[in-house]
Amino acid sequence: MSVADEWTAGQEATAPVAESVDLLVLGAGPAGMAAATEARAHGMRVLVLDENGAPGGQVHRAVEARLAKGAVEARLAKGAVEARLAKGAVEARLAKGAVSDDQDKDGAKLAAAFRASGAQYRPNATLWAVEPGGKVFWSEGGAARTIQAERLILAAGATERPLPIPGWTLPGVMSVGAAQIALKTAGLVPEGNVWLAGQGPLLWLYAVQALAKGGRIAGIIDLSPPGGFARARPYLMRALKAPEYLWRGLVWQRQVKRAVQVTPARELRAEGEGRLERILVDGVAHAADLLLLHDGVVPNTQVTRAIAGVTHGWDPVQRCWRPGLDVWGNTAVAGVMVAGDSGGIGGARAAALSGRIAALEAARALGRITTDERDARSGPLRLLRDRQLAPRPFLDAMFPPLPEAAIPDETILCRCEEVTAGRVRQAVGLGCLGANQTKAFTRAGMGPCQGRICGPAVHGVIAAARGVEGGEVEPFRTRFPTKPLTLGELAALAG
Amino acid sequence: MKKALVIGGGLHGLSTALHLARTPGWQVTLLERRHVGRHSSGVNAGGVRRLGRALPEIALSVIAAEMWHGIEALVGDDCGFRATGQVKVAESEADMAKNHARVAQVRALGWTHEEVVDQAEVRRLLPAVSRHVVGAIVTRDDGSADPMRTVMAFRRAAEQAGVVIREGVAVTGLDRTADGSIRVQTDQGEFEAERVANCAGAWAPDLAALAGETIPCGTKASMMIVTERLPHFVDPTVGATARALSFKQTAAGTVVIGGGHQGRNDKVAETSSVLFGSLAFAAQIAAQIFPCVAGARIIRTWTGTEARPPDDMPVIGESRSLPGLFHSFGFSGHGFQLSPAAGAAVAELMARGATNLPIAPFTQDRFTVPA
Repeated sequence: MSVADEWTAGQEATAPVAESVDLLVLGAGPAGMAAATEARAHGMRVLVLDENGAPGGQVHRAVEARLAKGAVEARLAKGAVEARLAKGAVEARLAKGAVSDDQDKDGAKLAAAFRASGAQYRPNATLWAVEPGGKVFWSEGGAARTIQAERLILAAGATERPLPIPGWTLPGVMSVGAAQIALKTAGLVPEGNVWLAGQGPLLWLYAVQALAKGGRIAGIIDLSPPGGFARARPYLMRALKAPEYLWRGLVWQRQVKRAVQVTPARELRAEGEGRLERILVDGVAHAADLLLLHDGVVPNTQVTRAIAGVTHGWDPVQRCWRPGLDVWGNTAVAGVMVAGDSGGIGGARAAALSGRIAALEAARALGRITTDERDARSGPLRLLRDRQLAPRPFLDAMFPPLPEAAIPDETILCRCEEVTAGRVRQAVGLGCLGANQTKAFTRAGMGPCQGRICGPAVHGVIAAARGVEGGEVEPFRTRFPTKPLTLGELAALAG
Repeated sequence: MKKALVIGGGLHGLSTALHLARTPGWQVTLLERRHVGRHSSGVNAGGVRRLGRALPEIALSVIAAEMWHGIEALVGDDCGFRATGQVKVAESEADMAKNHARVAQVRALGWTHEEVVDQAEVRRLLPAVSRHVVGAIVTRDDGSADPMRTVMAFRRAAEQAGVVIREGVAVTGLDRTADGSIRVQTDQGEFEAERVANCAGAWAPDLAALAGETIPCGTKASMMIVTERLPHFVDPTVGATARALSFKQTAAGTVVIGGGHQGRNDKVAETSSVLFGSLAFAAQIAAQIFPCVAGARIIRTWTGTEARPPDDMPVIGESRSLPGLFHSFGFSGHGFQLSPAAGAAVAELMARGATNLPIAPFTQDRFTVPA
């Protein structure tokens, strides 16, 4: 069998794992799919690990199933030839205008190209460790596996910034991102007294999507700090290089406001006996069955922070960490690259472009193309990416994260260990300077999520309590395994 | 007041400093390159164990055990010490034969803390243990403590006794002054003292070398696992006769698993990292001896760096090349329990040049080839 035959996306579930690959891509969102497709075009052996059951990531989640209603998957299972046919089927549907939204159109194209690329694709696979030298570990079907990778492109996407309010741990309160997953994968639309609260583009997008599917929204509580446009105005001209972003945002807001009451507010609490019953908006009670919270997204740095030697810088506007990268996506550790939102929030189109750019650099590093070829091929992609990133400073200034200083003391920050903001502030008062010290005093961040959920909130509360920039506060030390795996799964590696 | 310096802010350095500061007439300063408890002291398994000690270590370990039972009187905190027992399980009749021989050997020396138990007793002690376990050695009043809490308690007690702790001070040279005291050069200037203790753990052999003495010593980076909280199912700390395991459930319900499986060590960068291919064996052994944990989620893994002489026993004794300098290092991953007694011994050596505590087997002279 030729290399191309061995490494086809069609073999996914049953194929044995080889001992080594040229390129391992983490994540099958836009960045990961584009990186894998580009790398295959240069003859590299590519393995893609993704936690989800189908390609797309968060933004294009379940895009194939929604568009092709299962037909694509069934054909793909049979092999590469069928994959090409299926690709044709999707494209035919695209041509007929069966796809209503631009995002789905982008996602379907990326997924079809990825499926046909010959990259080995392992869905439902959770990466949990990267050792120096490129040994990668993941779990799949209840057993741990390992492979040696020459290079890594980490395209782990974004995570939602937590929005801790009093009562946010009650059943009936969830994040907008989680609700969007339910909407995209299971077609679950909000029913009853459903409230959206917080700020940021995803909140408005979800509202548009939910309303379009016939969902009902009782109201939107807009918690965004006042003065957004004034803060963002200096970046307006630059943002207009890609005016469709701002235009789309305005259209979303207008559509939603036509159907739903939007209430600006400063304080929000969730209350109920055993589950959510009502929300208090600046002291005014409303009946509530479901409360969806959102405060923007931050780069998912779980894996990069656990790799010794990868540097991270503090983004003072969005108050989050991002890995230190060059234009190609190289981290400070040779062979470890980052593409897409996990390197800095840029959206789906910028992510796909940075995935291709990173793959070209990987092809150069492995001697598949020359430096000149890389530069020639990536030039137009880098220009397109710059255009896609043009509106970011505007959006970042418009929607800064909500101030952690305003989180009431009784609010739980760490859900796993039930540690309140007040207890973290107390620990700071006792001399704790960073998240790793407050761990010892409060157990915050020591539960099963290891700070993956509460990390940004605990970090922000410590910084605010100390009166310093977040960049001066040491974040939770992240260690592999970055995702919980069972002892039994790990034991499987002992043979 | 006579001046003493202790180099190294791990548990052995803190214990040495504490005991010496409580000796009338001594002013003690402790120098720590990073921060107190940075390496293995703060992150070890916390075993308070006489069970299975190498024969030359038993005498000091028995004294340390008595000190652990009075730890609150020593440092003003119970250090999370719980005398829940230590059990070393036998998984075959061959293991049982070894256990009988071992306990007979220990008893012949006059020690009675180790006891062989049969299958019925091991099942009574460990209801969740796998059915294949046929017996065990037990030390009933051994147990475990919380390593970081212990480090913090020793630190507080040392400071209350007058020890000045200087963190972020790295030693770069050692020599003798004209008036006969020892000069310690650091990246923050010079210190002088009549007595100096070398408690620098994995980096202690390098300090010995600065003083002109070569002591054969490698390093260790034992790996540890902690799981999510589980319902309470085991009290004692558990090991195995034929396999590398240390296994205990904390008061919080998490299960801490070690056993000396080695990670990767970078002494120059002062870091160590986990090797999951090897750690998998720790998980496998744990899940075979306690099948109920196979489904438990691992939430964290880590390593700590530690010194390891060729015979896995510590080096305690005065420097041959720079008298007045006293070594205490190389505890090879089982120094946590010994720390109260070893610190007392080294402090006594420093203050009066001799001790009645049983440290004679640990002299570095054991590595010198007789002429």
